Amino acid sequence: MSYMFRCAVVSSAIFFSSLGFSQEKVKGKVLEKSNAESELSLSGASVYWMNSQTGTVTDDNGSFEIEYTGEYKRLIVSYMGFESDTLTINEPKTVSIRLKASNELNEVVVEQKRDATEKAFLTPQNVVTINSAELLKAACCNLAESFETNPSIDVNLSDGLTGTKQIQMLGLTSPYLLITQENIPMVRGASQAYGLTFTPGTWIESIQISKGAGSVVNGYESISGQINTELVKPLTDNELFVNGYGNQNGRYELNTHLNKKLTDKWSTGLYIHGNKRSQREDNNGDGFLDAPLADQINIMNRWQFQDPEKGWVSFFNVRFLNDEKQIGQLDYEPELHNNGSDVWGGEIDTRRFDSSVKVGYVFPNLPFQSIGFQASYSNHLQDSYFGKRSYNIGHESIYTNLIFNSIVGDTRNKFKTGLTFAYDGYDEQVSIDDYSRSDRSAGAFFEYGYENLEKLSFTAGLRIDTHNRLGTYITPRFHLRYTPWERASLRGSFGRGKRAANIFTENQQLFSSARRIAITDTGGSVYGLDPEDAWNYGASFLQGFTFLGRSGNISIDFYRTDFKNQVVVDWEDPQEVSFYNLEGDSFSNSFQFEIDYELATNFEIRTAYKYYDVKVDYRRGELQKPLQAQNRFFGNLAYETNLKNNGAQWRFDFTLHTFGKQRLPDTSSNPESYRFEEFASPYSNMNAQITKVFSKSFEVYVGGENLGNTTQQVPVLGANDPFGPYFDTSIVYAPIMGRMFYAGFRYRI
Amino acid sequence: MRKILVVVILALVSQMAVAQEKNKKVEMQVAGKCEMCKARIEKAALGVKGVKYALWDVPSHQLSLVLDERKTNPMQVKMALVEVGHDTKELKATDEAYNSVHPCCQYREDSNDDSGHH
Repeated sequence: MSYMFRCAVVSSAIFFSSLGFSQEKVKGKVLEKSNAESELSLSGASVYWMNSQTGTVTDDNGSFEIEYTGEYKRLIVSYMGFESDTLTINEPKTVSIRLKASNELNEVVVEQKRDATEKAFLTPQNVVTINSAELLKAACCNLAESFETNPSIDVNLSDGLTGTKQIQMLGLTSPYLLITQENIPMVRGASQAYGLTFTPGTWIESIQISKGAGSVVNGYESISGQINTELVKPLTDNELFVNGYGNQNGRYELNTHLNKKLTDKWSTGLYIHGNKRSQREDNNGDGFLDAPLADQINIMNRWQFQDPEKGWVSFFNVRFLNDEKQIGQLDYEPELHNNGSDVWGGEIDTRRFDSSVKVGYVFPNLPFQSIGFQASYSNHLQDSYFGKRSYNIGHESIYTNLIFNSIVGDTRNKFKTGLTFAYDGYDEQVSIDDYSRSDRSAGAFFEYGYENLEKLSFTAGLRIDTHNRLGTYITPRFHLRYTPWERASLRGSFGRGKRAANIFTENQQLFSSARRIAITDTGGSVYGLDPEDAWNYGASFLQGFTFLGRSGNISIDFYRTDFKNQVVVDWEDPQEVSFYNLEGDSFSNSFQFEIDYELATNFEIRTAYKYYDVKVDYRRGELQKPLQAQNRFFGNLAYETNLKNNGAQWRFDFTLHTFGKQRLPDTSSNPESYRFEEFASPYSNMNAQITKVFSKSFEVYVGGENLGNTTQQVPVLGANDPFGPYFDTSIVYAPIMGRMFYAGFRYRI
Repeated sequence: MRKILVVVILALVSQMAVAQEKNKKVEMQVAGKCEMCKARIEKAALGVKGVKYALWDVPSHQLSLVLDERKTNPMQVKMALVEVGHDTKELKATDEAYNSVHPCCQYREDSNDDSGHH
C-alpha cells in the first residue's frame, strides 16, 4: 500500500512538474519507421533546432525534450544509419517522429595519419628538445658531443689525457643529472665517466633536456635536471643508413643501421658503430698524447612490436660494447712499459652489456589510460690503470619501473603512479683497496598533473623510497606553468634529489696525478660518507615575439641548487684529493638569458649569456668551484638554402662559445715551475660546419673545430717527470687539440 | 538449469548492449583551424561534466571524445562548442560567439590548417 502510494505521489509530481514546463518545450519520441507491429524506439538520436545552439539526445526510451523559444522553427532529428527528418514547429507540443533506415552512413569518419609526435600543450616543465636536424649540426660523434649547439648544457674536457667530454647543467657536473635512455636510467654508477661517449650520435633520434627538478617517475637521483635520449626506432629509421667520419687527427668512425619491417607488427634494427684512433698526436710537444689511442665496437639490436588496434607497444634492446683507450706518453707501449717507472701510460678497457624491455598498453577505449613496464639489466666492467694506480670496477644493475597513467574525472586531471625496484652491485678496487658493495631500493610514486588548457598547468609529484644505504626518504617535486599573456610562459619548480656518490668513478680524472687520495670521514654509509641530498628551485620566463615580420623568442631563467649534504671533492691541495661531508654551505646559482631570432628567411641566430655562482665551503674556507667559468657567452648562426624537390640543400652552421676567467685549483704550494696562475684567462672556441645534401639519400659534410686554435699551454703539469710528486693532468680549462678539420658522409635508403 | 543460465547470460549481454556506457568513444567534426582553436575546443568539451577525454585534430577537424553516457551526451558537448564559437555539423554558433574568437581563428572565411603560423 505504502509503496503504491509513494509511486503515485512521485509520478504525479513528475506529471505536474512537466505540465509546468510544457509551455516552453517541445517533447517527443523518436521511433524507427517500420511495418512491424511493435515500434522500436531510438535512443541516442540527435534532436536540434537548425542553425541554433540548442540540441539534445533521446534517452533510453527514445524520448526527448527540447526548449522552444520561437526563434527557431525547424527541428532536425538525426540518427546514425537513418535518414534525417526536419519538422517545422510553430508551438510547443508533443511530437512523434519516425525515421527511415538508410543505407548510407550519416557521419563520415575521416581517416588520417597523425604525426609521430604530437605535442598538444605546453608542459609545466622547462624542457628543450634537440631534434635530429639540430643533432646534425655537430656532426661528431656521440652523446657527449651532441650538446655543442645548445646553450643549456656546458661541455668541458674532463682531463688532459682521455679526451672525454664532461657535461654540466646549472653549474653542476653530470653525476647530478639523471641521464636516461628512453626513460631508463643509463649513464650512472660505473658508466658515469665515459657513459655519454658510449651512445653513438647516429643512434640518437632526439634529446630532451629538462632543467631543474625532474619528474618523480624516473627516480629520486636527479638534482639539477634530466637528459633523456630517444634512440632511432626500427619502424621509423631508414632501412639502410651508413655514416663515415674521419678527422685530421686520425679519428675514424663508421656507423651502419639496418632496419627491417618483418610483419605488420614486428620490426627489427641492427646498429653497428666502430671508431678508431691509431695516430699518435702531440701538437703541444709535452711528450703526452693529446687524445687517447682508441678503439670501440658497439653493437645494438632492437625489436619493436606495435599493435595499435589492441593498444600494445613494445621494445626489446640488447647492446654490447667494447671500448679500449690508451693514454699517456707518446712512446708508451703497454707490453713494454706497464708497471715500470720509465714511461708513463695507462689503459682504460670497458666492456658493457645491456638489455632492456619496455611494454606499453593503452586501453583501446580509454586513450587516456595506459600501463607501462620498463626493465633493464646491465653489466659494466672497467679494467684500467693510470700510471701505477690501478682502478677496476664492475657494476651490475637491474632496474624495473611500472607506471600506470590515468585521469581523475577528465583529462584536465591526470595522474601517474607506480613502483620502482633497483639493484646495483659494485665490485670496485682502487689499487689494493676494495670498495665492493651492493645497493637495493624499492620505491612508490604518485604524480598528479593539472592542465586547464589555457593559462595554468602544474605537476605535483611525490615518491617514497627505501634504500639499504640511503635509508627511507620522501622526494617531492613540483612544476608550474602560467601564461600571463599571449606567447608568454612563466614557470616555476622545486624538488629534492638524493644520491649515493660514486666518488672514484665520478672523479677518475684525478687518478692520473701524483695526488694522494683521502676519505676523511668514516661514519657514513657510502665509502664512509653520507648520501648527497639537495633541493633545487627554479623560475623561468619565455616570451615569443615578432620583430620586423620575423619571429623569435626571449627566455630568462634562474635556478638555485642548495645542498643539505654533499660529498665535497677537495683538490685545493696539489698533493692530495680528499673527499668529505659538507660542513656549511654548498650552492649553485645559475642565470641564463637567451634570444633566438630568425634574421632572414632560413637564417637563424641563437645567443645566450650565462652566469654561474657555484660555491662550496671547503675545510679551508668558502671558494668558487674550480674550472667553472662564471660568465659564458654562446652564439649560433644557422643558414640553409631552400629545399629542392629532390631534397638537395646546403646547410651552414657556426657556433661560438666564450668562457670567462676560471678559477684554477690551488697549486701555490708547488715549486714555481709546477704552478698555475690563480685564474685562467678568458677564451673563445669556434666551430663551423657545411653540409651539402645531394639528394634525400646522400649528403657530405665538412667542418672545423676550435677554429681560433686556442689551446691550453700546459695541460699536463710535471710532464717532464710523470712519476714525480708534481705530476697532474686533472687541471684542464681549455681545448688541448688545436684547430682540427673533419669530413664525413651520410647515405640512406 | 542450463537454459536458465543461458537466459541469464543473454540478459546480461543485452543489458550491457543497451546500458549507457561509462566510457563511450565519440567522434565528431568541429570547425576550427589552428592550435588556438584546438585549445579552445578541447577546453570547452572538457568543461562539460562527464567528458573525460577530448582531442581535436587540427588538419582533419575531428574531435575525439570519451564521455560518460550516464552524465552527458554528444549534443551537450556540441552546445558547449557553439557557445565558444565553434560550429558543429548540427549546431551553429551565433555571430556574436563566433566573433568573440581570436581574429586568426576565424575559420568561416578560410578553414585551412595554418597551425604552422602560430
